[in-house]
Amino acid sequence: MKRPFSLHLFRLAAGTAPALLLVCVGTLIGYLSWRGAPTLRLSLFFGSTPVWDGLTGARPVWDGIWPACAGTLCLVGLTLLLAVFPGVGCGIYLAEYASPAWKRRIGGAVNMLAGMPSIVMGLFGFSLILLLRHSVAPRANTGMLLAASCLALLVLPVLVATTREALEAVPDSLRLAASALGMTPARRLSHVLLPISVRGIGGGVVLALGRAAEDTAVIMFTGVVANAGLPAGLTDKFESLSFSIYYTAAQYQDQAELLRGFGTALVLLGISVMLLCAARFLENGYRRRWRGGDA
Amino acid sequence: MKPSSSAVPAEERGASGRDPARSVLRFAAGIAVLGILLLFLMIIAFALPVFTEQSAGGPFSRIWAPGQGQFGIQAMIAGSLVLALSALCIGWPFGLVLCCWLFCPVNGQSGFARSARSIVGFLVRIMTAIPTVVYGFAAVFLLTPLVRETVGGTGFCWLSAALMLAVLILPTIVLLLSAGLAPRLERLLPGGLALGFTRMDLMWFFVLPEAKKTLFSSLVLGFGRAVGDTLIPLMLAGNAPQMPYACSAGLRTLTAHMAMVTSNEVGGAAYNSLFMAGALLLLINALVSLCACRLECSSRQERKGGRR
Repeated sequence: MKRPFSLHLFRLAAGTAPALLLVCVGTLIGYLSWRGAPTLRLSLFFGSTPVWDGLTGARPVWDGIWPACAGTLCLVGLTLLLAVFPGVGCGIYLAEYASPAWKRRIGGAVNMLAGMPSIVMGLFGFSLILLLRHSVAPRANTGMLLAASCLALLVLPVLVATTREALEAVPDSLRLAASALGMTPARRLSHVLLPISVRGIGGGVVLALGRAAEDTAVIMFTGVVANAGLPAGLTDKFESLSFSIYYTAAQYQDQAELLRGFGTALVLLGISVMLLCAARFLENGYRRRWRGGDA
Repeated sequence: MKPSSSAVPAEERGASGRDPARSVLRFAAGIAVLGILLLFLMIIAFALPVFTEQSAGGPFSRIWAPGQGQFGIQAMIAGSLVLALSALCIGWPFGLVLCCWLFCPVNGQSGFARSARSIVGFLVRIMTAIPTVVYGFAAVFLLTPLVRETVGGTGFCWLSAALMLAVLILPTIVLLLSAGLAPRLERLLPGGLALGFTRMDLMWFFVLPEAKKTLFSSLVLGFGRAVGDTLIPLMLAGNAPQMPYACSAGLRTLTAHMAMVTSNEVGGAAYNSLFMAGALLLLINALVSLCACRLECSSRQERKGGRR
């Protein structure tokens, strides 16, 4: 068969692209690990403060990243607390109860939210505070709760989509069997559908965790600061890993601070990749179980 | 996938009005939809006064100089569009050939080639999880010196930001393309291979010319991802509020502009440009979503029609 020259060119490009990708990403991750790995010691997290005092906040940690870690943890936890009920609930509603018209409408809205850049959610939080200041609470200020609710909006589409997919992957024969046994729809949901799709939903929650932990643009608008110590309350400013990486790149003063930045970047990268792998593991096991499960 | 409601008998659906789970779930969905509506309403409500009020030095003018009362964001709009388009020009072809390589192994390949494919596929999935701030941080110390030496300038410029954004949107493009192209290729494989085509031939002669909608929707969604990213332009593009004119010169995107305005807290008229920029981003991405949705729906119908 005679192949046109353009196809040969395309095949050549297809041969070099993966090598180029491996080199680029390999260099990137390799460089981060090379600079960051030597700093991965307890002193990266706590600086010169004794570990226990730093951990509990008895003494402030000045040259470690523990406050930022704690800030990220609290933020992510609070985000999940706010997002899981509406996200998972909306997903179940779309998969099991909604009429086709509502499915299209709500699904479309959630899709649109999924495409929004995170900075728009940040701006939303910021304008919410401006509105509060001009109306009921003149002293309202940005803080953890606001940041968490904006992040909840950011991860909502992830939760809705994965929950919906997990439930729709359950074979219809199981639904029919449950109904034939006389279960009410509520029972069928809580005794049959949810227990078998819990891994898929869990994968979505872990994925949402990762999205919330890595985001920087939202919290830049909603109350993150470079130095706040351990997170103190729902309306207080806080630190976060992602923001401290950005801040280090922009404002580092000396070599030690820069190295700490590399350490922080490596820690955040590790957390994100681990969360992704955990989510994939959960979802893959789920898919394998129900692949061709209509029989 | 079949719609799940098809399995529910009609009389049961009528009875489910008293279903407690139904009302709880409806409440949850209500909260979610309320959140989305609130987001759109707030941003549009804050930006609307700025759109209607037309004064010299307002957000629609050209020059950004807060000291002299000039608050134009035209340069930022141009910066966002130009940067996203250039990132797409690098990232999209790269993603396309990568996706084709992933799905077109040569017959009788060695174990090495097979494991290389699974490694690259895994790497692309991992890339979806790498935080953009980490990309930006690594690029500040790796890429900018390189760019400074090759094209001159400070290294914090259009070129560095475009290269990094291309890497950022790559996994999005590869995953979207593979979701659209792989099923088409699978369908052609048995007959095509029997006729003596290689997989790459099938891809080039039959799949790609037929999959214009998939190609276009990956282009559109990649653009949306590139235009919405904040940290990479903020850290790498130099943030000079000027029309982009050379790849070694700095530019400022809408997203980076928003981040800078809030962190510097100029207040007053500068905030107007902030809401303006936010509303523009909202509109651009809403358009992108609508466009992608339209494309997806029509290509799904096509596929259904083709199977019959």
